[in-house]
Amino acid sequence: MTMIITRNYPEPPISQKEILRYAGCQTEDSAIMEIMQECLREISEKLTYKVCYIETTLTISADCCDFVFFKTHAAKLAENLSGCEKAILFAATIGTEIDRSITRYGHIAPSKALMMQAIGAERIEALCNRFCEDIKKETGVRLKPRFSPGYGDLPLDAQKDIFNILDPAKHIGLTLNDSLLMSPSKSVTAFVGILDNIEQ
Amino acid sequence: MNFLDFLHNHIVYLDGGMGTLLQAKGLKPGEYPEHWNITHPEEITAIHKAYFDAGSHVVCTNTFGANALKFSADELESIIKAAVNNAKAAKEQSSNPGEKFIALDIGPSGKLLKPLGDLDFEAAVSLFAETVRIGTRLGVDLILIETMNDSYETKAALLAAKENSTLPVIVSNAYSEDGKLMTGASPAAMVALLEGMGADAIGANCSLGPKQLRGVAEELITVASVPVILKPNAGLPKSVDGKTVFDITPDEFADELADLITKGIRVAGGCCGTTPDYIRALVDKTKTLSPVPITDKNLTVVSSYTHAVTFGNAPILIGERINPTGKKRFKQALMENDMDYILTEGVNQQEKGVHILDVNVGLPDIDEVSMLQNAVCQLQAILNLPLQIDTADATAMETALRRYNGKAMINSVNGKEESMQAVFPLVKKYGGLVVALTLDENGIPETAEGRFAIAEKILKVAEEYGISKKDIIFDTLAMTISADNKAALATLTALSRIKNELGCHTSLGVSNVSFGLPNRDAINSTFFALALENGLSAAIMNPYSSDMMKTYYTFKALKGLDENCADYIAAADSFAVATATPITETKKSTEEYKSDLQHAIVKGFKEKAGDITKELLNTLSPLDIVQNEIIPALDIVGKGFEEKTVYLPQLLTSAEAAKSAFEHIKAFMASTAEKAADKGPFVLATVHGDIHDIGKNIVKLLLENYGYAVVDLGKDVPPESVLEEVIRLKAPFAGLSALMTTTVPAMEETIKLLKEKAPWCKIIVGGAVLTQDYADKIGADKYAKDAMEAVRYAERL
Repeated sequence: MTMIITRNYPEPPISQKEILRYAGCQTEDSAIMEIMQECLREISEKLTYKVCYIETTLTISADCCDFVFFKTHAAKLAENLSGCEKAILFAATIGTEIDRSITRYGHIAPSKALMMQAIGAERIEALCNRFCEDIKKETGVRLKPRFSPGYGDLPLDAQKDIFNILDPAKHIGLTLNDSLLMSPSKSVTAFVGILDNIEQ
Repeated sequence: MNFLDFLHNHIVYLDGGMGTLLQAKGLKPGEYPEHWNITHPEEITAIHKAYFDAGSHVVCTNTFGANALKFSADELESIIKAAVNNAKAAKEQSSNPGEKFIALDIGPSGKLLKPLGDLDFEAAVSLFAETVRIGTRLGVDLILIETMNDSYETKAALLAAKENSTLPVIVSNAYSEDGKLMTGASPAAMVALLEGMGADAIGANCSLGPKQLRGVAEELITVASVPVILKPNAGLPKSVDGKTVFDITPDEFADELADLITKGIRVAGGCCGTTPDYIRALVDKTKTLSPVPITDKNLTVVSSYTHAVTFGNAPILIGERINPTGKKRFKQALMENDMDYILTEGVNQQEKGVHILDVNVGLPDIDEVSMLQNAVCQLQAILNLPLQIDTADATAMETALRRYNGKAMINSVNGKEESMQAVFPLVKKYGGLVVALTLDENGIPETAEGRFAIAEKILKVAEEYGISKKDIIFDTLAMTISADNKAALATLTALSRIKNELGCHTSLGVSNVSFGLPNRDAINSTFFALALENGLSAAIMNPYSSDMMKTYYTFKALKGLDENCADYIAAADSFAVATATPITETKKSTEEYKSDLQHAIVKGFKEKAGDITKELLNTLSPLDIVQNEIIPALDIVGKGFEEKTVYLPQLLTSAEAAKSAFEHIKAFMASTAEKAADKGPFVLATVHGDIHDIGKNIVKLLLENYGYAVVDLGKDVPPESVLEEVIRLKAPFAGLSALMTTTVPAMEETIKLLKEKAPWCKIIVGGAVLTQDYADKIGADKYAKDAMEAVRYAERL
């Protein structure tokens, strides 16, 4: 029985440098660093780190990737997954509280909204990295870089299929809006090609 | 037997997993299990029958995801019909002689509700209503709302069930490892919400095994006055040789549940990974146990989307500042629909330590129904405090209660027939803790006896509406002692009698007592102390008053309600800080700036900028401060930003400091009725379908700084709404923001509509995916790559 697996993670290590980069700030100005610290103190314990995923076999012909349960037509994705006979499809989110904070500070202190936005971007990225690292460690395989809808020629429309397969609303509370945006907003869906040890 | 009668006297066994069994029978990922009702009726019936045979009293129809979002109306009808028929067939075929009921199963919609997602609350209610109506018509015995991981959606589903069916409704939520719902609610918060609305049983299912759900189950048992449901997974899933298996056996599962049944679980079953074997083991192990009786926990409680606030321990503080009475600046904010001002009042009061926020936005010239709804929705989007809905307009009250994400406090009802007729049905329907004022058709009795008698009458009528006394909190009405020096005594005596003789909680609007007297805080805080000593449970009060907060913290410390005096010590620092901060200490570092205010703004010192402005208003005109201090400071920062020596976060902190300066100027002008000079209206919106608004908010902040009267329509705004506002204000500018390629068409549509119907309006667009080319293509007047560019453009015209 192939099933969707859910994982909960503890907080992955935080990169302040990355947060600053996402905030569009190339200086370690002390006032800005203080805002970042304040935001981190406030939000850290409210974030949840959840991933749900499925592992599937994969056949590629031309621009078509056949994941057994559904197919995509996107040359760039096919190129990314070339050489893989299996792939992981996953969805990850850090939960709704970051969105509430961004909204809250959007009304009362946009500088903090910007910082929360940057923290959210760094956190979801860190979660995705952590998940992929774990898969590598546990199974001894190598992984291709993540590939998400909206990259290259893989249309955002692919989200519909991904959500249909993973049902992330049920597993990790991640939903898809009519405009194909995800809620909570600090979330990622992606394909990851699995390269067996010996293969290139 | 009727399900509720059976529930009253028995341990009720639900069924186990459906989805996992269907997957074992070949259901593919992405395939809708609900279709199997039609395509594989024998398989579905066989699973239901196996559960009845194993001892389930209730099987749930295979309709978890059967809603109008996934299926067309006809398809929905046939799916639910087939599902109910399958369950009925199983009921007939099963040889088990026990009671057998069929529950219409309702799972989450798969969408997140606004403002976190894009499903409107009322749309969610309609969605669930459709399923409820079909199921009810087909003759199920009860409704099970399950696996909901969001309190707001749970409320929508329960409301739909209550409005469209008279069947019993039992409600179960999916809690995460942290013991909360995905959107933050604790078990106590869910019990407050769901009991208030009349759920017949409340519980937890899915996501975890019985071991991990033990804490949640125990909390539910402690606080719930209705039967508690537990329907866990067969432990946690793990991967064995590439296959997924759950990690506990039927026996272990039954042992865990048996123990929790002796602690008070009354409705038990299984979720993902459980099979008829699990239910059989559960029934075998627990059938000789006697059900733990259901008792009324008698809790007086309100809740927000995260937590419950219980009355009767330490005093509860209800912040009174969101109320226009006697506040010119607040009135102005309401007239201008300046939600940020109201939200800031909410956040500031939370920071001062209040437990509940009173929300009153009634003004003669505004549409209170929509304003109150909007205020409640926006406050609960950013704050986790329970709200007290404060209005004399029953329609506004209902609209706000309906949308409130929790069990609200309601302000207020009184002893007048008319008032009780209007308010009590709302309390019964939506749940709530209602403040009851001890006055009636004859006014406010002067004596404590008179007020006590009205309280008794109110309780009696409430009971006729099915409202228990735990959901009534009496306000014995503080009257000013400047008019009658015995007034406070009458209030306190009535309060004490209601508390001791009727066993009810009390609340007071404390500040009225000092009306007309100098140094009101001194009277208020002493009166507050006296009322607390007489048993007051809650006060509607001003948390910015240092005297009031001192009384609160000292009372708690003296009455043994503050362990190690920790809260007192933590707050004691702030008692001293109330004196003005010196503002000229940084002379040296400010030399390069023209003035202290410029320095504060450029450096982004928010409080300091406010303090200096307040000081300057004693000697300079508001216009002088804006022209000679604030705007030049903003120009310094803006120029730095354009030259890339100042980064976005720094630009924003400066803009916020300037805003803090403006706030003092606005308050000053409101008090002197001076008219602010503004550069005309500027309509801003994030376009339809898009829910990203940080960029738009940045533009808004800067435009306000530069003197534009910004009308912020928010996010996900339909083209027609933008047009309506532009026409209404004859606005010379509209700013549109879009983050995603998928929402740029909505931007184009909005521009087209504006160009056609409001050709005078210059349209400025911005957002991550936009470029100059794109902006030209969709017909915008201006593409602004950042907020400063939008300001510069408007300034040039």
